[in-house]
Amino acid sequence: MNSPIPSSEITPKQAYLSRRDFIKAAGILAGSMALAACAPDLLNAPASDPAELTTSAKTDELGDPLNSHKDIINYNNYYEFTTDKEGVARLAQNFPTSPWDVEVSGLVKTPRKFGVEDLIKSFPPEERIYRLRCVEAWSMVIPWLGFPLSKLLNLVEPTSAAKYVRFETVFKPAEMPGLKEPWYPWPYQEGLRLDEAMHDLTFLATGLYGGELPAQSGGGIRLVVPWKYGFKSIKAIVKIELTAEQPATMWSAIAPNEYGFYANVNPAVDHPRWSQASERRIGELARRDTLPFNGYAEQVASLYEGMDLAKNY
Amino acid sequence: MKKARFTALQLLVHGAGWLPLAWLVFDFLTDNLTANPIQAIEQRSGIHAITFLLFSLACTPLASILDWKELPLRRKALGNYGFLYAAVHVATFFILDYGLNLAAIWRDVATKSFIILGAIAFLLLLPLAATSFRFWMKRLGKNWKRLHRLVYLITPLVVVHFFMAKKGDLLNLSGDIFQPFLYGGLAVALLLLRLPPIKKRLSRV
Repeated sequence: MNSPIPSSEITPKQAYLSRRDFIKAAGILAGSMALAACAPDLLNAPASDPAELTTSAKTDELGDPLNSHKDIINYNNYYEFTTDKEGVARLAQNFPTSPWDVEVSGLVKTPRKFGVEDLIKSFPPEERIYRLRCVEAWSMVIPWLGFPLSKLLNLVEPTSAAKYVRFETVFKPAEMPGLKEPWYPWPYQEGLRLDEAMHDLTFLATGLYGGELPAQSGGGIRLVVPWKYGFKSIKAIVKIELTAEQPATMWSAIAPNEYGFYANVNPAVDHPRWSQASERRIGELARRDTLPFNGYAEQVASLYEGMDLAKNY
Repeated sequence: MKKARFTALQLLVHGAGWLPLAWLVFDFLTDNLTANPIQAIEQRSGIHAITFLLFSLACTPLASILDWKELPLRRKALGNYGFLYAAVHVATFFILDYGLNLAAIWRDVATKSFIILGAIAFLLLLPLAATSFRFWMKRLGKNWKRLHRLVYLITPLVVVHFFMAKKGDLLNLSGDIFQPFLYGGLAVALLLLRLPPIKKRLSRV
């Protein structure tokens, strides 16, 4: 006899997925009860990989595997919350990333404010699997969702006077405890030359691992410039401004001898603190050699033809 | 009745000395050392090393201020724990971080003055740790004390090493400088307390 299951009996996918997570968590919970007294963090740790993480590929174009979702969302340099990379996820868990507005202004024909939801509708998200190389000599392979920055810039039409793009991170001291630190010239700001900004690799990310972009990873919307050190890829952007002059940037304001405006990944230009010749891929034990332009030289080296990259670091 | 073998302070010192190592091993076994465990071991062992060096330096002035005669007796043990964590720090750098790849180590050390400062501090610590046995104390006599004054040089080296290892700029007063500031301030205070005019005043209190 054929008895179709009424649709009300079918467990929605989201529900059974979260149930599976719950069962997994319960197992971890039981197993770690004995340890709970000395390591309460084990219990509060953000959930590991949700069962459903979709990506278009399992590796980057060089054949290196993606970093785990868990590592990506739990190891963050985001000083607006804390300088403790593992502490960002917890502090950012209630930070609202939606709705999110970005104001595009300056030397453009049509300055406008965009809602990220509308941007996602206008520019259907594509996936980019990029290496992220932090100036601190660690790196990850991350599957982002988003769209090229050039699409947004073309909408507002930069004038011929525009030579640079300046980005600014949201400034909400009540929700971002790190902003109380007096040692930093907040808000975070970054910049690109217009031709760098218009390059197809330069990306605005609104999602991660096939899902949404969590606050600790830079949600509502963030920049990803894969051939530059990670600090150029500014998070939680609220302002994009086209300028004629090279904009000031956060880290080069703090220590200009260490962090330049260009900050292209370059194993030949040393940093006083970290090796730029080698790096540790998160999840790996041995160091690996750092590639010029983080492995994107073929696509971007021409942007810097004739420039002394040791001087323009 | 037999006299207790250890004083409460002694138990405290040795308990505190091994606790961070036990904690580090526990975190290692429970995969709780961040996504970048090697760097976490380096950073944590470094902080522990400075902390115990400062504890050791604090004994003498605190003994005068608090009139606590047992404190200076625990100086050496605290210093040795400082060395233990410095050794973990250095071993992690050589073995875990660089896999004993001497060419890569040399390439990076040669271009990073903060590593050179740290290396000098560690080399200077070696003879202090090596002569911490009673045999050497007897054998060196007065020179033992002279030799161990090297800690007055080691401490500033270590503090500067820490400052430079952090992502900030001291001269600009910006960046990640709070923690090195705290440790640097304590180190300066503990060294100043040893200057003869200040020391005299302390012991009169």
